[in-house]
Amino acid sequence: MNINLTLIGQSITFIFFVMFVMKFVWPPLVTALEERKKTIADGLAAAEKGKHDGELAKQRVLDTLKDAKVQAQDIINLAEKRASEIVEESKDNARVEGERIIAAANAELEQEVNRAREQLRGQVVSLAVAGAGKVLKREIDEKANEDLLKDLVAQL
Amino acid sequence: MSSEAISSADYIKHHLTNWTYGQSPTTGEWSFAHTAAEAKSMGFMAIHVDTMLWSIITGLIFIYFFTKAANKASAGVPTGLQNFVEMIVEFIDTSVRGSFTAKNDMVAPLAMTVFVWIFLMNAMDLVPVDWIPEATKWVGVTFFGADPHHVYMKVVPSTDPNATIGMAFSVFFLVLFYSVKNKGISGFTAELTMMPFQSNNKVVQALFIPVNFILEFVSLIAKPISLALRLFGNMYAGEMIFILIAIMFNAGLVMATLGGVLQLGWAIFHILIITLQAFIFMTLTIVYLDMAHSEH
Repeated sequence: MNINLTLIGQSITFIFFVMFVMKFVWPPLVTALEERKKTIADGLAAAEKGKHDGELAKQRVLDTLKDAKVQAQDIINLAEKRASEIVEESKDNARVEGERIIAAANAELEQEVNRAREQLRGQVVSLAVAGAGKVLKREIDEKANEDLLKDLVAQL
Repeated sequence: MSSEAISSADYIKHHLTNWTYGQSPTTGEWSFAHTAAEAKSMGFMAIHVDTMLWSIITGLIFIYFFTKAANKASAGVPTGLQNFVEMIVEFIDTSVRGSFTAKNDMVAPLAMTVFVWIFLMNAMDLVPVDWIPEATKWVGVTFFGADPHHVYMKVVPSTDPNATIGMAFSVFFLVLFYSVKNKGISGFTAELTMMPFQSNNKVVQALFIPVNFILEFVSLIAKPISLALRLFGNMYAGEMIFILIAIMFNAGLVMATLGGVLQLGWAIFHILIITLQAFIFMTLTIVYLDMAHSEH
């Protein structure tokens, strides 16, 4: 238990070991630990980001789907509207055409009636004149009663 | 214990004597001491070869494994030795971060050296007390023709006060250095003389200075002394108990069996003391250095 030079020898040894550890042992180990810590943190952050991105993508898909549905509905609505319009238009056209045909037929009929009436009138006149002429052959001068006959024709 | 009939007292004494190389006070020549008395007479000009040897061997074991791990250290998945070393580094780092508030890159390596080196030196205590001394005795007698009674080998460096005081004084020197560096000569002097008693009256304050200095100086000097003697005392006592148990091996079968059980029990308990003392030395080193860095 003597105190002697060993004390100084031990101090020198101790200082040597401390300096060695300080220079060659501690820094690489701590650096490695820090690096690993950073790698793990980065990995976790990347995982978190990936998860977040995945959620965003899912949300986007849902949005797109919703948009597509809305658009499809719009198209269907438009088509239905167009279809009913076409039907309405066709109905209108048909009605107009029908009316036109009816009007034409009516006009033709009228014309036919008029023509027939004219013919009939003419025949009635000539028949009346012939009848009257036969009846009044002698007394009535065709030329003298021209005005009278014309008046009679106009009245028929 | 050798087969020759030597007394228990001699046996203990032999175990507690260091292998000393020193300068003889009478002839002035350097030689190995043959007896404990001769070693004592050499005074300060002597060196304990066994303490130096085993402390350097344990230190080199520490350096070897930790350097190996440090060279292979990478941010990848650690395995085996690297894992173990990283665990210790992490533990030291946590301890330093916990008690050391200033910024100093030296403290953590210092703390790790203190912890691991002291742990390994203490762990030499777990080697059965006779193995290495007997092996040394055999080598000494066979190859150097030495007298078996004069071959000394004390294998636990931390049971030598020189080792513990040497380390404690190195730490103390660092404490003084950083105190002066961080607080300046005046700040450090003020810390020693202006506290704990303070007064607004200049005359009273002047009277307080010597009182304060005595108190503060004692507490300052108590740091390295308590640091060194705590470790030394614990390890010396543990070593002594191992030696006492070893004596039982020569006292018949029953005592030897009991001794075996006791040695196992004490060794298991001693693992705690070994680790605890290394940890205490490290923690106090960190705390003292922290005090050297912080303002009061």
